Amino acid sequence: MQNKNNLTWKIAGEAGFGIKSAGMMFGKIFMRAGYEIFDFTEYPSLIRGGHNTYQLVVDTRPVNSVFKKNDILVALNQNTIKQNLAELNSGGALIYDSDKVKVSPAKLKNDHVQNIGIPLTSIAKEAGGELMRNVVALGATMYLVGQKLTIANKVVKETFSKKGKKIVDNNLKALKAGYDFVKENSKDEFMCQLPTLAAKDNIFITANESMALGAVAGGLGFYAAYPMTPSSSILHYLAKIASKTGLVVKHAEDEISVANMALGASHMGARSMVATSGGGFALMTETLGLMGLTETPMVLINVQRGGPATGLPTWTEQADLQFMLHAAQGDFPRIVMAPGDAGEAFEMGHQALNWADMYQAPVLILSDKLIGEGNTTVPRFNTKNVKINRGKILTQAQLSKIKEYGRYKVTPDGISPRALPGMKGGLFIANSDEHDAYGFSNEDSQNRIDQVDKRYRKLDQFRKIMPKPLIYGNPKAKKTVVFWGSNKGVVLDSYVALPDKIKSKIRIMQYQYLWPFDADFTKKILDSSKDILLIENNPNGQLANLIAQETGIMIENKLLKYDGRPFFREEIISALKKL
Amino acid sequence: MQEKDFNTSYEPSWCPGCGNFGIFIALKNALVELGLKPDNVLLVAGIGCSGNGVNFLKAYGWHSLHGRALPTAVGAKLANQNMTVIVMAGDGDSYGEGMAHFIHAVRGNANITYITHDNSLYSLTTGQSAPTTDKGTRTKSTPDGLIEVRANPMSLALSAGGGFVSRGFSGQADHLTSLIKKAINHEGFSLVDVFQPCVTFNKINTFKYYLDRLYNLDEQSNYKANNLEAAHKEALVWGNKIPYGLFYQDKRRSYGDHLPQLKGQPLAKRPVKVRNIDQLTREFA
Ligand SMILES: Cc1ncc(C[n+]2csc(CCOP(=O)(O)OP(=O)(O)O)c2C)c(N)n1
Repeated sequence: MQNKNNLTWKIAGEAGFGIKSAGMMFGKIFMRAGYEIFDFTEYPSLIRGGHNTYQLVVDTRPVNSVFKKNDILVALNQNTIKQNLAELNSGGALIYDSDKVKVSPAKLKNDHVQNIGIPLTSIAKEAGGELMRNVVALGATMYLVGQKLTIANKVVKETFSKKGKKIVDNNLKALKAGYDFVKENSKDEFMCQLPTLAAKDNIFITANESMALGAVAGGLGFYAAYPMTPSSSILHYLAKIASKTGLVVKHAEDEISVANMALGASHMGARSMVATSGGGFALMTETLGLMGLTETPMVLINVQRGGPATGLPTWTEQADLQFMLHAAQGDFPRIVMAPGDAGEAFEMGHQALNWADMYQAPVLILSDKLIGEGNTTVPRFNTKNVKINRGKILTQAQLSKIKEYGRYKVTPDGISPRALPGMKGGLFIANSDEHDAYGFSNEDSQNRIDQVDKRYRKLDQFRKIMPKPLIYGNPKAKKTVVFWGSNKGVVLDSYVALPDKIKSKIRIMQYQYLWPFDADFTKKILDSSKDILLIENNPNGQLANLIAQETGIMIENKLLKYDGRPFFREEIISALKKL
Repeated sequence: MQEKDFNTSYEPSWCPGCGNFGIFIALKNALVELGLKPDNVLLVAGIGCSGNGVNFLKAYGWHSLHGRALPTAVGAKLANQNMTVIVMAGDGDSYGEGMAHFIHAVRGNANITYITHDNSLYSLTTGQSAPTTDKGTRTKSTPDGLIEVRANPMSLALSAGGGFVSRGFSGQADHLTSLIKKAINHEGFSLVDVFQPCVTFNKINTFKYYLDRLYNLDEQSNYKANNLEAAHKEALVWGNKIPYGLFYQDKRRSYGDHLPQLKGQPLAKRPVKVRNIDQLTREFA
């Protein structure tokens, strides 16, 4: 197995061991060395102790999924041997803290695992502190994979620069000590060598951050949230950049307040957004209906975790799709979309703000823990595709020309020109009761029908511009793989690894836009398919149910996973081969 | 501007003699006397008899969900600090469904005015007990008498850091007008809890009930509204004598005043442009 061209590195130990910071440094080092990275963390919902892992895949081509098996395992405690040693590939290497961890050399030899015991604790102490065991292990890894310390030194410096020169120097010492230890003690060349390649203009980012960044680029004005894993990093990121970007970020008392605060800001004319996970979204549902009825633009993000209730707070799942489609009492139009990766999340961040304004309706974005917290390398974002479209917001001059302005006037396209509070001559009530054209409470039969129909016509307008599902692979193939959201990474990464003969028989359909649903396109694809495989992270196949509802097509062959873990590449490759 | 300039074409749906009329007259008078125009006022209403008033007052209106008027108003104010934002909601809305929002809005001190229509009942839903109903009172939902004790909005607001804590009476529109004016002029969160007799469902807390008991703090020469301890003391007075007027006022900075990004033009009035993100992407490179 010499010259493997991708590497999976996993570091594991207790919370508080610096696992996350080691992983982030590892990712940045190889990104700058010209590689593509995807990372995945496993951690229980607690702050100290527990078993935490951070896994990174390094590849020469874009990567957005993880393997079950690893090539290098860094064990900072004994528990890692118990939990993760079996995941090491033959030919892989085990780096462990020989001061604290016992392993059987015979077993490693038998499994063809390179035995790299390092007294991480003693070396780290010598460099200035035991906490730096992670950095020593990072240095050791660099030697093992043939990556010189030039880039690593810079990344370590940047990472600790806020903590002062002494801490920086200690960490640099620790890094070099780890590197030198392996250099002196290990003879075999490791199966995967990752020397520096030509640099790319990539960034290393999560879909949470990229979606936030997309919204910022698209003129976001107001963001409110209540912390909830795995959505919190959107709040953290936006709060950090708020004052320098002119954004207002409010951590409110609960998700009900969050949704209503953002709605108040949107009513005044600020582009507004909220994010949460399933439980918080549940609290927002009544307000979601209010957005629909008052036709106030809003972007709501649900970064899914395992549900229901508190569920699996730090694990991934896609079981909120049907909930997002139906949340809130009554019928009203909404738009639901789901990014497949951090790049799509960036584009949806600004797109959603436009659509909320254009259709004066709630736009829901469904993401999940896997991409929401997983960093990936993507070409650095720019604002080439970012356009601002505020729909039918009136200028004062336009408003002044209207004789008897009615905010909810029935129009052919269902979209009514929108005045903003403070404008002269635009008075109206945004009313939680059914209302007439001016917003006055009105329970008349005909008015009710007119207003409901008017609101639904907006969705017909949106259908005209809604992008179709994406098709990958051979567009004429008869074997069709169907998925939505974060499974994009594992499906496409697995697909490219297949032999050409299998590849040519497969086409893949990704739903980015789930509501309104494109039944015609779906029928066209599925009716012309012989075999259909649906892949989802939930127990019943929620997209399959949606497809059945909208087209009558029942998909029997479903690959479903709901243990909180993402699909591993091994699982998808085997499923695609069997198709 | 005159009071009638704040009337809409919508016929008020309140019962004849309802305490809500007095509050509305006072509110409209206050708006006129402050020289405010309908275009510059956002009235955020809760759900209840009181909230239905959003249809009768000419201004920009937001008819919220039950209990959720306050957060909406906070968001609206932060987005457009040029607007005068007034919230009106019933006691059920304010201290029942919306109690958490009430406490946190007081803490946050956004520059809005909160007028609660305190009739010690849920009236729109035909007369169940409210958080401000006295213990022991028999209502539709408590036929054997209410077990819970009465919530005390004055004490709660003072404990949460309220910078303008006051109580009015809808039977005294002149006093209420001046109280609402002070509240609107206050730079921060202002609470005006108004005793509002419900003539249809509440046979206890009538106009006479209040007239027999109320004494006006504003008229007491030895009462100073900047004394928190004295305010706490008065807030606890209940029974044969009940104080009203301005309990407490201080000069705590408002929420929006703390945000450098809100200096200058209101957030909602700034042209929305594509933001340059080159600098921001560097952190991830
Ligand atoms: C979530 C929700 N729960 C319950 C109701 C029903 N509801 C409407 S008004 C109201 C209470 C009204 O009492 P209050 O807020 O004191 O206002 P009042 O009618 O007395 O002015 C209730 C419970 C509702 N609209 N929404």
